Amino acid sequence: MDNIIQVGMAELKIATAPNKLLTAGLGSCIGICVCSPAHQFGALAHIMLPSSTQSKKAHNKAKFADTAVDLIMEEMIKNGVNVSKLYAKIAGGAQMFKFVGESSIMNIGQRNALAVEEHLKRIGIKIAARDTGGNFGRTIVFDPKTGDLKIRTIGHGERTI
Amino acid sequence: MKDFTELSCMQLDALREIGNIGAGNAATALAQLVQAKIDMSVPEVSILPFDDVAKLVGGADVPVCGLYFAVSGSITGSILFMLPIERANLLVDMVLGRNAGETAAGISGELEASVIMEVGNIISATYLNALSYFTKLRLLTSVPALATDMAGAILNGVLAQVGGVVDDVLVLKTMFTREDRDIVGHFFMMPDSESLSTILQALGVNC
Repeated sequence: MDNIIQVGMAELKIATAPNKLLTAGLGSCIGICVCSPAHQFGALAHIMLPSSTQSKKAHNKAKFADTAVDLIMEEMIKNGVNVSKLYAKIAGGAQMFKFVGESSIMNIGQRNALAVEEHLKRIGIKIAARDTGGNFGRTIVFDPKTGDLKIRTIGHGERTI
Repeated sequence: MKDFTELSCMQLDALREIGNIGAGNAATALAQLVQAKIDMSVPEVSILPFDDVAKLVGGADVPVCGLYFAVSGSITGSILFMLPIERANLLVDMVLGRNAGETAAGISGELEASVIMEVGNIISATYLNALSYFTKLRLLTSVPALATDMAGAILNGVLAQVGGVVDDVLVLKTMFTREDRDIVGHFFMMPDSESLSTILQALGVNC
């Protein structure tokens, strides 16, 4: 029986096939999914913010794009995965509210997406597919067996990338 | 005070009391607007990790209509008013004097959206006015921002604003109900952690 492992906001979890990883209700947050098809092993981080360096409280590494990708890499190495074969799929980074005045809430999704791309590149993980931006929420299920990332939305369809 | 977890029982009680005053006035305003009896739940004050906030409305992927207001003035924080989508439709029916179920197409229309935003405006302004009167603090709200989508997705950006500083949020939650049964919506007031000592001082429980 396949188990679905729930990943909450600002969390990182790992799974070995046939288990899958799920994170619900991604808005401006981004789900970073990394897997090694040869090992049927994957990680999913639900990040909230682009950078830990601007934060006064950065001990939760899964909360920030920069530290989360490092944490993913650590997990891969710890679990004996050949890191040269890794690839990533990312989803989220939406802008949920149309107008919020001067608030920084405006472009947080876009800043998250840029930061995730930048830091995955920094540690040498290729992005195989992405579904970012827009103004709608996403619930994602990542299958480390196939590397498929299934995306559900409300009113914006379903797709697998 | 920097951390919500350091709050004493008495301080939590004082915060619950301001939730009570704010929500009581907001319920009265809502009742006048929809010409029906509106009740409110006893306000809950909780300190929650980010991931648990969405659970208060039924889960991160529950579809809701969410209104966001930035709070400014003597303190900063966020107000979120979240309604299950069918409840938002009913609320539009009540305000516009339509028959129940008439606004079935959702609040996608411009008129429906402005009705919901206006209701949110009235509720949050009344809540903050009562709070302001009680604490003598100057409190202002932004214009409303509306989104209809998954509860978790709506919360993301709001929580991300404070995410750099804290891992938990202080949530003052009230549920509004109509005639004791139908849930109208969940009202959340989330003061930023930096504003906490200002509030406690105004309440005379800063120690």
